[in-house]
Order: sequence, then C-alpha cells, then structure tokens
Amino acid sequence: MTSELTVNDHIPIALRTEALEQLLVEQGLVDPAVMDTFIKTYEHDVGPMNGAKVVAKAWTDDEYKARLLAEGTAAVAELGFKGPQGEHIVVVENTDEVHNVVVCTLCSCYPWPLLGLPPSWYKDPAYRARIVKEPRTVLREMGLDVPEEKQITVWDSSSEVRFFVLPQRPDGTESMSEEDLAGLVTRDAMVGVAAVGVS
Amino acid sequence: MTLLADLDIEGPAAPPRSNGELVFSEPWESRAFGLAMALNDAGAFTWDEFRERLIAEIGSWEASAQPGDCYSYYRCWLHALESVLADKNLVASAVVQERAAELAARPAGYDHGHDHGDHDHDHDHDH
Repeated sequence: MTSELTVNDHIPIALRTEALEQLLVEQGLVDPAVMDTFIKTYEHDVGPMNGAKVVAKAWTDDEYKARLLAEGTAAVAELGFKGPQGEHIVVVENTDEVHNVVVCTLCSCYPWPLLGLPPSWYKDPAYRARIVKEPRTVLREMGLDVPEEKQITVWDSSSEVRFFVLPQRPDGTESMSEEDLAGLVTRDAMVGVAAVGVS
Repeated sequence: MTLLADLDIEGPAAPPRSNGELVFSEPWESRAFGLAMALNDAGAFTWDEFRERLIAEIGSWEASAQPGDCYSYYRCWLHALESVLADKNLVASAVVQERAAELAARPAGYDHGHDHGDHDHDHDHDH
C-alpha cells in the first residue's frame, strides 16, 4: 500500500498531517470542531475507568455478570458505554483454571468505549507477535506470573469481535463497595496482562 | 495545537494513562486520529475500509523493517488514511505532498501553530 503513496520522508510527518488536515477542511470534508471533539473525548473522557465499572458491577451482581458473559455489547451498553469500536464486545472470564489475554495480531482492535485508546505496547509488533507464540514468557516479562498448571488462552481481537477480560476478584475484598472495587481494576488487568491486586 | 501541554497530570481532567503514558505521544498523532474519526463519522469511508488499509500499512512496515527501526503506529495510521482518501478520489497523495512541501518551506518562526510540529521524533529511518 505504501508504494501507492507519494511520501517524501524528508518532510516531517507532522507537516504532512497538517497538510492533509488543511486540504480536507478546505474541501469541506472535515469539520474542525467535530475533529476536536473526537480528540478531546478520547483524551479526557473515555478510558479504563469505564471498563473498571463494568468489572466491579459483574463482581457484585451475579445477574449482571451472567448477562455480561452472554451478551457483552448489550451488557456494557446498560451502563452507558457504547460508541466506535464497541459494537462487538465479547467478555472472557478469568478463573482458577484459565487466564485470558487479548491481542490484535493484525492491527490494534480494542474495545474503545471500555478502555479508551490502546497503549503503545498493545500496538507494538513485538507484543502482537510474541503473546501468541509464548504467552507465559511475555506475561512474566510484563510482571504477571501465571502458574504452569493454569491454562492461558490468547484471544485475537478483530473488527468482528473485540475481547475484554473479566479479571478475578481478589481475596479479602468481600466488604468493599462496588465503587471501591472499581478503583482496584486496572486497564492492564482488563487486557489480561496483569492481575487485580489489593493495594 | 498544544493539546498536551497544559493538561492536569492527576484529577478529573487528567487524560487516561497508565505508567505515565499519554494516549498520544505527539500533537500530530492526535490530529491524524481526529481526521480519521471525523471523516468516518461524516461517511467518507467505513471503518472496515480504513482498517483494511491500516492492516496493510502495518504489515508492510513489519515486512520491511530493519533492526533498529522504531515502529510508529500513527505513521501507519496516517498512510492508511491517505491511502483510503486517494482510492476514493477525495485527496490525491501528490496534492498532500505538494502542500506539505509548501508548509515545510515556510520561514523559520512562522510555524507558531506547531510548537512540536517542526521535528519528526519518530526516528523512522535506518540507524
């Protein structure tokens, strides 16, 4: 695809982006206000806190959890989380027997309404290639030791399905409120590269 | 264009981040992101049309990368965006190139709109 483009690498990519933006605005194809709203939304408003609320509700409400595992997209929409890249969410549950981890081997498919935009390591060629071939090793390098006896399942997100991990609720949190529980849940836990701990 | 300069690091206005990581590492990345979102929203292309080209750009980078090359996801993103716009006869690649060259020829100091835009931090070249 690159060969179709006229790309002069001596011109900084920031200027090429600015040039494209100018042309699109001049042609009336892009409304700068709409563009700014998208950028601000994903910089400020949409992030892992959304997914954390979903996890905390699933931990404290068995009926919600059942709906979440059966029909992810609809269950997260109940909490108001929907939008671009949130159309086909499938939730996979971590258990004592199975640890789940998510990747997009081809690009960067990710459940934006629940987690915001993906972090750089998720988009990195090394993570995308290695987590499939040697998940236990990669997880250990990222700070998560999965015991040998526990199965690891790697889920490849795509435009058809975007996977989301329901982490295990940590021991000793029985008396915590849903809100406090949400505060424990990290983005990395919902991608499956970390466990939820009690800080 | 100093989108990232004055943000709170903590508190309700802080951008989503973990380990101190910002969503966009440079302002142009957020512009490239916003362009694709706004164009898709306006119906210029479907998300699958864009994603198909993004996959191709990423695959092409991975196939030709040399040891030491730094990966830039948003560089692939911008190329994918240009590719879909060219295919739909909305903006020709050569026209973008021409406009970018004009912008690059602006006298020093003129470019006040891009505090961080003068430098290409991607190191997307052979070392």
